[in-house]
Amino acid sequence: MTALLVAVRKDFLLQWRGRAQIIAIFAFGAATLLLFSFAIGPDSVALRQHAAGFLWLGLLLASTLSLAESFEREMEEQALEGLLLLPASARALYYGKAIANCAQLAAIGAALVPVMVVLYDAGTIRLLSLLGVIVLGTAGLSAPGTLYAAMTAQTRARQTLLPLLLFPLVVPVLLAAVKATSLLILGDPMGQLRPWVSLLVAFAVVQWALGGLLFGRVVED
Amino acid sequence: MGVPRGPAPKLLVALGAVLLCAGSYWGLAKAPGEVFMGDVQRIMYVHVPTAWNAMLALTFAFVCAVFFLFTNSWKWDNRLEAAMEVGVLLSLLLCTQGAIWAKPTWGVWWDWDPRLTTTAVMVFAFGGILALRAFVDDPMKRAVWSAVACIVAFADVPIVYFSVKWWNSLHQAQSSPETVSKAFHWPLRINAFGILFLWTGLVMLRSRLAALRLRSEIAPPLPERPRRAGADTEASGSAW
Repeated sequence: MTALLVAVRKDFLLQWRGRAQIIAIFAFGAATLLLFSFAIGPDSVALRQHAAGFLWLGLLLASTLSLAESFEREMEEQALEGLLLLPASARALYYGKAIANCAQLAAIGAALVPVMVVLYDAGTIRLLSLLGVIVLGTAGLSAPGTLYAAMTAQTRARQTLLPLLLFPLVVPVLLAAVKATSLLILGDPMGQLRPWVSLLVAFAVVQWALGGLLFGRVVED
Repeated sequence: MGVPRGPAPKLLVALGAVLLCAGSYWGLAKAPGEVFMGDVQRIMYVHVPTAWNAMLALTFAFVCAVFFLFTNSWKWDNRLEAAMEVGVLLSLLLCTQGAIWAKPTWGVWWDWDPRLTTTAVMVFAFGGILALRAFVDDPMKRAVWSAVACIVAFADVPIVYFSVKWWNSLHQAQSSPETVSKAFHWPLRINAFGILFLWTGLVMLRSRLAALRLRSEIAPPLPERPRRAGADTEASGSAW
């Protein structure tokens, strides 16, 4: 447990020191939101209807940058090998990195919400629920994302491989998060929010458990 | 590290091809047409067996991945590579046949139905793992990573299925022997076994190929050729 806390602290510190990168990733996400509106045209009704989808696609695209970056730093000067020599389990390192990645993505997602509200006129008064959906969705993205980033950071063509592996896997997250966010923005007269949130929880539980189980094998030498 | 030999895989491929021809002939020429869809329905005789076998091949790939992680034996990595390639190929065929059937029946090439979408997601998920294998040079890392990715992708399949099912549904309900006319049984069964034998043989041949490649990858480097004259015969004996 102490190892996990130390690992989380290390990753938060890394992120804090590279905060310019996080701002750049947020700017990238905001730029994609702006571009999506050009794909639909200035139809305010259609834009509002698709706002949730755009938000999550923007976040998904931004996530590949932030996840890849999180392991780039560990590859410099063979930092990862140094970490593995410490008396801490690989599992603690994985969960530390995944928690930090999830927090970073959730922060970027939360920061993209005002951009979405302004561009698409897609606001909601259920802000806490929206934040909950963002946290659950980014938890689903960051668990397999961290596992795959650990692999692809050590390969050639890493920029291509991470999204290629991650995107098909996170289809359930994308579906459930878009539906849940959409219900929050457009209203939920049939009470459909709960099953989609349960799906997000189920996906996150399965992926966080699998990631913890398998990460040790991924980084072993 | 021995590479398996023997004629079994080629015999299986031949047997599979013969059965597939026989089953397809039966399905196309002998079996009665379906009441509502007419001849369009006859694609079922390859489509349904392809679906069963694609699932089976990818399940076998998952089993190979688990066995590799537990045993670290190269033969499971070779089989994993072979089964994933064959599974992705069968899934691609499945999507193509589905589109050919869907156009005259539903009026569209593609529909966002759970089974269709899940198959497409599987093609991309497992295709991505094949791409990962192509970009990793270290055989051990390649084997471990693709086994891990295969397990994660396979665990994802039921979640993808249910999420898309909630999202949208149009595909026909699954058929069981009770809901399919007896006249359709035999061509379906023959083709199912035909494709099963075919892919089993192909997986065996492909895993031999993987074993040969692995042997050349982890072979010790050839000794440097001495510069003095007449040394060629001495050095050539140790290379394999």
